[in-house]
Amino acid sequence: MRILKNKYASKYIWLFTASIVLNTPLYAEENLEEKGFEIAARSDRSDRGFSDSIVKLKMVLRNAAGKESSRTLEIKTFEIQDENIGDRSLVVFDSPRDIKGTALLSHAQILDPDNQWLYLPALKRVKRISSTNKSGPFVGSEFAFEDFTSTELNKYTYKWLRSEACGELTCDVVERYPRYENSGYTRQIAWVDQTVFQVRKLDFYDRKDALLKTLELNEYREYEDGIWRSHMFSMINHQTGKSTELIYSDYEFKTGLTENDFVKGVLKRVN
Amino acid sequence: MSINYVGRLLILLSICIHYTTYAEIEFSGFAGVESRWFPHDAQFSDQFNGAQNSLILEPEWIYEQGDHQISFIPFARIDSRDDDRTHADIREAYWLYIQDEWELLVGVNREFWGVTESRHLVNILNQIDQVENIDEEDYLGQAMINLAIQKNYGRFSFYVLPLFRERTFAGDDGRLRAALVVDEDEAEYESSAEEWHTDLAARYSHFIGDWDIGLSYFYGTGREPTLVPNTSGTRLIPHYEIINQVGVDLQYTYEEWLWKFEGIIREGQGDTFAASVIGFEYTFFQFRDSDADLGVLLEHLYDDRDKIAAPVTVLENDLFLGTRYTFNDIQDTSLLAGGIFDLEDESYSLRVEAERRIGDSLKVEIEGQLFTNARNESLTASFKEDDFITLRLSQFF
Repeated sequence: MRILKNKYASKYIWLFTASIVLNTPLYAEENLEEKGFEIAARSDRSDRGFSDSIVKLKMVLRNAAGKESSRTLEIKTFEIQDENIGDRSLVVFDSPRDIKGTALLSHAQILDPDNQWLYLPALKRVKRISSTNKSGPFVGSEFAFEDFTSTELNKYTYKWLRSEACGELTCDVVERYPRYENSGYTRQIAWVDQTVFQVRKLDFYDRKDALLKTLELNEYREYEDGIWRSHMFSMINHQTGKSTELIYSDYEFKTGLTENDFVKGVLKRVN
Repeated sequence: MSINYVGRLLILLSICIHYTTYAEIEFSGFAGVESRWFPHDAQFSDQFNGAQNSLILEPEWIYEQGDHQISFIPFARIDSRDDDRTHADIREAYWLYIQDEWELLVGVNREFWGVTESRHLVNILNQIDQVENIDEEDYLGQAMINLAIQKNYGRFSFYVLPLFRERTFAGDDGRLRAALVVDEDEAEYESSAEEWHTDLAARYSHFIGDWDIGLSYFYGTGREPTLVPNTSGTRLIPHYEIINQVGVDLQYTYEEWLWKFEGIIREGQGDTFAASVIGFEYTFFQFRDSDADLGVLLEHLYDDRDKIAAPVTVLENDLFLGTRYTFNDIQDTSLLAGGIFDLEDESYSLRVEAERRIGDSLKVEIEGQLFTNARNESLTASFKEDDFITLRLSQFF
């Protein structure tokens, strides 16, 4: 439409006028999208330069009756500077003990499906797996695979909704829509604070656009260079009453990991 | 191998290591009880009827310090009915030195190559521990020196394998054997160095987009023996030939599809022959709007080996059809059912496996196998009365 305006404005003045009239609401929409993207980008970019990290994670799974089960694992992440290429990650389970040593290696991509390999210690076998399974549960938890793997900025389009108080902070409320295929969500609503630009809360809407889950991110701590990490993720499934907590501890940054620590050949010795 | 000497030595060694534990040594593993029940009476004399019960122990010690990693995994099974199934092994005992672009491993290790489900053709370094299970997924530890070099165009791995391991077979009392018992003490080798022949292997593996590729080469004593009756016709003598084998494994991963291929060419056992497995695995994720995944597997098995001079196989022209149901629940419940159908003599065998965790660290597994329509002329006819059900409980620590 802009091309139309510039090129033919003098000739088709009526069209020019019409286009302004028609464009006004669209233009405002575009502004909200831009603002939404800018907020998401600011949040994403606040994380730039973390280089690599190692963290221990305890997952506590609760069913609707409150019965608990837990898993412990270690996550290594390697940052790829290019925003159009995803990060590398390696998840290794320590418990339950019968799956100790099971490992998942991911090379995230933006819109193409991620490359993923699973390591099964009983057979010492490395298996390339389909990453189409975005919306399935991750190890029986309320987190879907995509909740872990789809954190890249460009995996979504955005729209700014409003700003409002969130606890002691003020948050921008941004709606985001998955651009990648096979997502279990029509949309997510993120609360991003205006002080240090971190995501504080996420609402997930299922394929029928009904509220499915809410994730709250608490216990943020700042590491060097303004790198913030939440140490307590609480996910509640509103439709089943089940919940999962992720408790992170012992974050280490810039540990000297290299890209060669994230190749399928190392899976058999990651323990 | 006798449990008395190796087993005692291992247990002693394990206890020593366990009690000199430093904080950096990580201890884990499992202890299991197993009952394998044969509903039909045995086909051959000396074989037991009913159930065989076992105790299994596999502790694991791993020590990591900087660029160094040391692993020690002994294994032992004590079986109530089959003396040859009572055995001990060192699954792993190695020192690994890790650098950014290369790694060096010295010691005993297990190495798995390949992508297909019904048969592991390309996988050749480790001997099959056949008394454990007939599905050829249990392996003996293999002594090796292994240098791996990682480049951005792939991983190159080189192996020197100094000590050969013989395949394990059921004894006189055992089920799941041929009419004649394999006499492991009389094993014969093509190489005059016998089990001390130094074997060599190399492998290249990499991925390009949706393709995973592996190329491998092996020269040395073949892991698969040719079984020949002795002169009096009372025993089978395993004969291990020197072979050359090249292998290719490929997987193409596209959306819910995994397309797989494994192929080998082997020289040294009669006429040079080729064998392959080709097929796919398709997964219905969140099957019928549940959390569970349903996988469907189909593979064609082909093998044109020499019918006289090469080890006998039943997988000359067979179809494998399988299904995998993964519940994705907190207890990691899964179910696997499959059948191998011989396209030439119409015999087939069916197998079902189920597993589930109970509580935090106890696992229960059930396995069932049926040998159906096993024709008399077929190799599987030896197993025709050996349908079985296995129940295994393993406590992990």
